[in-house]
Amino acid sequence: MEYFAIIIGAIFVSNIVLAQFLGICPFVGVSGKLSTSVGMGGAVLFVMTLATITTWVLQYYVLNPFGLGFMQTIVFILVIAALVQMVEIILKKVSPPLYQALGVFLPLITTNCAVLGVAILTIQKEFNLMEGVVFSIANAIGFTLAIVLFSSIREHLDLMEVPKGMRGVPIALVVAGILALAFMGFTGLV
Amino acid sequence: MDQKQNFTKGFIKENPVFVLLLGLCPTLGVTTSAINGMGMGLATLFVLVMSNLVVALIKDYIPDKVRIPAFIVIIASFVTIVELTMQAYTPALFEALGLFIPLIVVNCLVLGRAEAFASKQSLASSLIDGVGMGLGFTFALTLLGAVREILGSGAFFGMKLLEGDLMLVFVLAPGAFIALGYLIALSNKLNKA
Repeated sequence: MEYFAIIIGAIFVSNIVLAQFLGICPFVGVSGKLSTSVGMGGAVLFVMTLATITTWVLQYYVLNPFGLGFMQTIVFILVIAALVQMVEIILKKVSPPLYQALGVFLPLITTNCAVLGVAILTIQKEFNLMEGVVFSIANAIGFTLAIVLFSSIREHLDLMEVPKGMRGVPIALVVAGILALAFMGFTGLV
Repeated sequence: MDQKQNFTKGFIKENPVFVLLLGLCPTLGVTTSAINGMGMGLATLFVLVMSNLVVALIKDYIPDKVRIPAFIVIIASFVTIVELTMQAYTPALFEALGLFIPLIVVNCLVLGRAEAFASKQSLASSLIDGVGMGLGFTFALTLLGAVREILGSGAFFGMKLLEGDLMLVFVLAPGAFIALGYLIALSNKLNKA
């Protein structure tokens, strides 16, 4: 039940993009086409889960015992940057098809605040390792859900007659607002 | 480009939020009121100026291959300084901005300026660029915060202007997207005219 609450909470009630405003850059930047958003979602799922596990272990076995809590921001971002680089190298060697699919998105993920955000949130909410893993997977699914929904709407939007000044990003943001409004319907679910 | 242009470009022509679309996460996340927007803007301004300064100073000593990680460490150090300072002196603002303070590290604006500007230009230009861009960012966040605060809770910097029920949606998440969408449309219009 505990895990269920975490999953529903992260995907619907406080969706990472539409309610918490994390990962807006890729949300607006690469959501023009449906296929790229699915790829981005996959890459985020992969990196976010790995990053949460690594940072959790570092926080509880290195930073806390040595009283280095104030180093959290520096250590976490370095770990994420290194991790992304490593994942890229390993994927290239081990699974070229997967690398083909996710490769272009990986460098972008270092500066995706959703990854660092979830790593820090996991510590702030005092989750144990298992809860942290579930939390990060659920958040990645929430991210993918939001970006896939958004990009399918945007594909339709391209064919619409939009007033000149609103074309492009402005109308996309208004659409995101309406999407966020729809997600507010889930408030109070858990 | 002279230094005056270099300074003023961040406000309208190359405003980081309305034109370059950088740093949208904190822009949307913290602007429930004008004062929160301004606090976030000033915190980012400090990090931006200091990181631009340091990057411009040591750019000749950083090997090209590791420059991005090096920039990230520099930025993260200043973010930690801001974080601890705010926690000590402005605890209320620290609470309100929450997660978005450590997330200044991954604000594309800061890394973007370090990479695109400070690592190529002189110390003075980088400093002016940092201050100009930071003020432009602060301006955008304060404006968005003010719009949302007035429409959503009828107040301006905490001063009550209107009584009764207002458009609460503007203080909540959807309002952030909608208000920013219209502000970007407005800035597109102004920049073309």
